[in-house]
Amino acid sequence: MPNRSKTSFTAVDGWRASVVDNVSAGARFAGLYGVADDASCQLTALIATDDAYRALDVSVVPDPNGKLAYPSLSTHIKPAFWYERALHDLSGVVPIGHPRLDPLLLSLEAGSERPRPGRQAPPSSLRQSETAHGPVDVTGRGMFALSLGPVRSGVVESIEFLIESPGEDIPHLNIRPHFKHRGVAKKFEGKTPADAVLVAERVEGIASVAHALAFSHAIERIAGVEPPPRARLLRVVYAELERMANHLDVAMRLSDAAGLAVATARFAWHKETTLRLTSRMCGSRFGRGVVVPGGVSAAPQLSASAIASEITSLRARTRADAVLAMRTPSFLDRLRGTGRLDPDYAQLWGLVGPLGRASGSGDDLRWSRPTDAYAELRLPTRPAGEEEGDVLARLRVRWSEIETSVDLILAALGRLEADTSAVLAAPIDLSGAIGFGLGWSEGAQGEMVHAVALEDGLIQRCFARSASFHNLVAFHDAFPADVFTDFAFIEASFGLGYAGVAM
Amino acid sequence: MPWVPRGLRNGVLTSRWPRHQDDYFDGFAAAIAVDPTGAAASDPRVAEAARACPTDAITATGDGVRLDRGRCILCGRCAEIAPEVFTIATGSAVAAVARDGLVVGRVAETDEALAAVRAELAQRVKRLRRSVHIRHVDAGSDGSDEWEVQALVNPVYDIHRLGIFFTASPRHADILLVTGIGTSGMRQPLRRTREAMPEPVVVIAAGTDATSGGLVGGGYTAGTGVGAVLDVDVWVPGSPASPFSLLHGILLALGRVPPPRDEGGTK
Repeated sequence: MPNRSKTSFTAVDGWRASVVDNVSAGARFAGLYGVADDASCQLTALIATDDAYRALDVSVVPDPNGKLAYPSLSTHIKPAFWYERALHDLSGVVPIGHPRLDPLLLSLEAGSERPRPGRQAPPSSLRQSETAHGPVDVTGRGMFALSLGPVRSGVVESIEFLIESPGEDIPHLNIRPHFKHRGVAKKFEGKTPADAVLVAERVEGIASVAHALAFSHAIERIAGVEPPPRARLLRVVYAELERMANHLDVAMRLSDAAGLAVATARFAWHKETTLRLTSRMCGSRFGRGVVVPGGVSAAPQLSASAIASEITSLRARTRADAVLAMRTPSFLDRLRGTGRLDPDYAQLWGLVGPLGRASGSGDDLRWSRPTDAYAELRLPTRPAGEEEGDVLARLRVRWSEIETSVDLILAALGRLEADTSAVLAAPIDLSGAIGFGLGWSEGAQGEMVHAVALEDGLIQRCFARSASFHNLVAFHDAFPADVFTDFAFIEASFGLGYAGVAM
Repeated sequence: MPWVPRGLRNGVLTSRWPRHQDDYFDGFAAAIAVDPTGAAASDPRVAEAARACPTDAITATGDGVRLDRGRCILCGRCAEIAPEVFTIATGSAVAAVARDGLVVGRVAETDEALAAVRAELAQRVKRLRRSVHIRHVDAGSDGSDEWEVQALVNPVYDIHRLGIFFTASPRHADILLVTGIGTSGMRQPLRRTREAMPEPVVVIAAGTDATSGGLVGGGYTAGTGVGAVLDVDVWVPGSPASPFSLLHGILLALGRVPPPRDEGGTK
């Protein structure tokens, strides 16, 4: 099926010029990945324009020495920084002129084979190297490097922050997520869409629904199918419940960092209530198995009115506690002015989700590129947004989004009660199909984009771009005037899932 | 201090399990049950269910149908295809002290060996008594497992009421609770954490990912479960394992799961 969203270039220079032109004309850089062929590698850059996405691709062929290389985009496009490192790790393509081509996702011995996603055969002789001691960039009197992670205090995902500090300030830190790199990209390959959506749910478990949606939208676009109305509404309900749980998790972690024991317990309880509601609807606390390409797998096991009454009382409790938290000076003092990312920075790095919206970058896909029932349901006139770009602004955005989520859920439930049709999924037959499709969704972390290539009806390559991967790079720069004890606040306020970064 | 009355507003939220029953514990769909009498292993629908299983958890051979809960990710396809054999079972008591114990659908033939494992574990945990500290390590999870582990300290589960605490330092830890598939990058940190712990140590593999690698394990980063790196004492299936399943697994390790009050529950 021809796809207008994809443009192929024959020469790397023309491709690069076009990507750079698009971004300097105001489009947002949304990703870069490689699809390996026998010797060559096809590069695809994703560009988000005002209301659509464009995929620009070009094939990189080996130079006389057998190396795959192209001139780096990072020199002109800041957010390409991590994508090019990931591309180098996974596909072995060298971006010439990249400012820092250290391993990001995968630390390999020199000369080792690469996973090369897109080429079906699994790599035979991958040799992972022992993790070297991290790079140290800042020197000076009293400077020391502290590795926070991969195993650190608390129940958290394994990631390493290599902090360089003279004791209080954090002039520089390096983020090393490769410890928990699982090789998810290769796990999509060769699977049917129905099986691959289960992998998509596990890209980032705390955003299972958002990733399943982005993946399913890509498949639906390839098949030219639209889910039935009932499925579109149910998808909104599950996606918004997931958003609430994530935002409540952030509120809980911020309260915990501030030492507010009661607030921590209360928000943890509200989060638990949200997860339990989801599990009573579908059996899974993370909404797994609900979203399938074409629609949803089953109707909720609770009636619409039962869900509505639960969600209404949950809203009342959450709102009261949020109001109290926002009146607690010892809490606000820790959030105000902390971890500031100013609007220019957010714009330059194309930050997405609540992190971007708290710094004046307003893109929320539920408004700008609505999928499922979002176009039918009434949204507030514009997405939640703040300008200050600090931890407090991010929390404000999240409070406002919880309110919107409840409104959306109640509106969707109202329509579901009126809708008596039993059809929950449109049939999709892609056996033998070849195609390329982009799918997206707005998760609690921000924009999720899945670029899916099908071959013989099976996944040839799925680039699952999580908002966490796109946003975490900004953590490097989130300590302009902050000290060690602000770390927990800033980290929590980003609200990201590290599984979606390390993949 | 406006938070103090707020903390009292909703009364006691905490579950009384294990001393008393808990509806969410009993009602949660935590595993697939197999009824070997439902249909013959040669039944085409059983074969179809086995084929449809995304993690190859089902085997149907001459001596019967088996399902390995340690591989199952609870997608529920088998229960749709062959509902006479596979049903979604409720009840969070799904952990086992032997990897084989997660394979359901066949007669237990390892009772003696199992009793020996139990006795050895009981001997080891005897000294831990009523103050137990857990060190959690993520060895390549998808992130949902951490949410479930973390939930144990929320007021609903409040694991502290049972004298169980999470600790930052492996030096203070009695239980090593591992989530994730066991990626090659986490092997060394995981081993070092284990070596830093004072004996006796109990190792719990939390979730299907930690048990077998689940759906995303087994690729080029290894990751076929943490059993490949450490000696595991208790296996808790689930994708992810729910807080109650984790709590049951922890108490199972400590020999503190009360005997079933009546019939029912899971089999």
